[in-house]
Amino acid sequence: MIVIIDYSAGNLTSVAQALSHIGFQCLVTSEAGEILKSERIIFPGVGAAGSAMASLKRTGLDSAIADAFRMGKPILGICLGTQVIMGHSEENDTPCFGIIDGLVRAFQAEKATENGNRLKIPHMGWNSVVIKKEHPVLSGIRRDDEFYFVHGFYPDPDNSEHVLGTTNYGISFASVVGFENLFATQFHLEKSGRPGLRMLENFCKWKP
Amino acid sequence: MLSKRIIPCLDVREGKTTKGIKFKDNIDIGDPVEMARFYYETGADEIVFYDITASSEKRDIMIDVVRRVAGSIFIPFSVGGGIRSVDDMRKVLLAGAEKVSINSAAVKNPDIISKGAKAFGSQCIVLGMDVKHVGVKDNIPSGYEIVINGGRTYMGIDALKWAIEGQELGAGEICLNSIDADGTTTGYELKLTSLISGSVEIPVIASGGAGTPEHLKDVLTKGKADAALIASMIHYGNYTVGQIKSYLASNGVKVRKSW
Repeated sequence: MIVIIDYSAGNLTSVAQALSHIGFQCLVTSEAGEILKSERIIFPGVGAAGSAMASLKRTGLDSAIADAFRMGKPILGICLGTQVIMGHSEENDTPCFGIIDGLVRAFQAEKATENGNRLKIPHMGWNSVVIKKEHPVLSGIRRDDEFYFVHGFYPDPDNSEHVLGTTNYGISFASVVGFENLFATQFHLEKSGRPGLRMLENFCKWKP
Repeated sequence: MLSKRIIPCLDVREGKTTKGIKFKDNIDIGDPVEMARFYYETGADEIVFYDITASSEKRDIMIDVVRRVAGSIFIPFSVGGGIRSVDDMRKVLLAGAEKVSINSAAVKNPDIISKGAKAFGSQCIVLGMDVKHVGVKDNIPSGYEIVINGGRTYMGIDALKWAIEGQELGAGEICLNSIDADGTTTGYELKLTSLISGSVEIPVIASGGAGTPEHLKDVLTKGKADAALIASMIHYGNYTVGQIKSYLASNGVKVRKSW
């Protein structure tokens, strides 16, 4: 069974709906036991890193996710889920999981310009991804495909090997990161139309 | 580089779309779910539903629409109209909407913006603003005033001041509707849009007045808007989202071209 982790960080309806649309059953759960029993794991989330990590620690889900990673289960991080698997977040100065070493940094409003125009923070809307490393979950994704982003912070892995794709928004940042059985996107693939559903389907079939 | 968003707007009353829409294909023109799916499949970047159901007893019909839309389209969509409390927001968001839009309820009670942002995150909260040009006055230094009730009630609030206040209270986006331009199909209110969008950090969706693809180009460039709302120009079959995007792309506006 595919489980979607529920840790009071946003609405999980859309991820579950997208899975159901492409023909996969899932269980939305906040039980550590269900996570350890699952076949694969989706770790979504919107909101702030500080309260998300507090909630994950309080419920013991942090160690369940870390254990599931060590057991080799495929894990898909989405948005905030992608940020909290990093080492540390500048948002609320929050220590995070550290599955991927590196920081989660804030977009700097004063530096964010494109062709001289001030960019808005958060980065909200459709943007493209430059694939840096081939990956089974990225199979079938085209150069002109775009994805839906909503975020003010972005992951910055220490090891460039962990950067699978980048996106330009004033700066170039890691929008897809991955390591062993973990694959994570800063964008919302459940809200990114056809290419997002394709990646979700690729993930559901992925055997790391 | 971020694309400019093209956002069809559907008015829904008691679960049915209200405008007489000329679709050629096998689409139930009264069904907001089918229409949303049609726009999703033909390149819309986001969809806005505006619930104009008058009686509050029939509002739950909209929740059912939202639930069905969420199972049919996989792009963001927002719901506005009749949202007066954090509880109203929760119902709509749990049914699967990405964002809620609050307008007159926020003017009457600005706290609802911060309460909503705290409960669900700023990215969920769109501040809808209906604005009329009234000329510069002591209490309206920008010359643009906030109105409610479809433009019938003047609130004595400066539109620019309200936009900045809304952002500070936690709105994640502004949907800026010019009552003067609305329904004219002669173009967006560029001066108003540029003034507001240039003064806030959050994205601004321009609304009201779209009649041709050139109007969208103008508001997305000169008007500094991040997104453009469209209604009758696509509902009546004059243009498709794809045609509008091709025009924008060939005129140097970055749009999403693959869907």
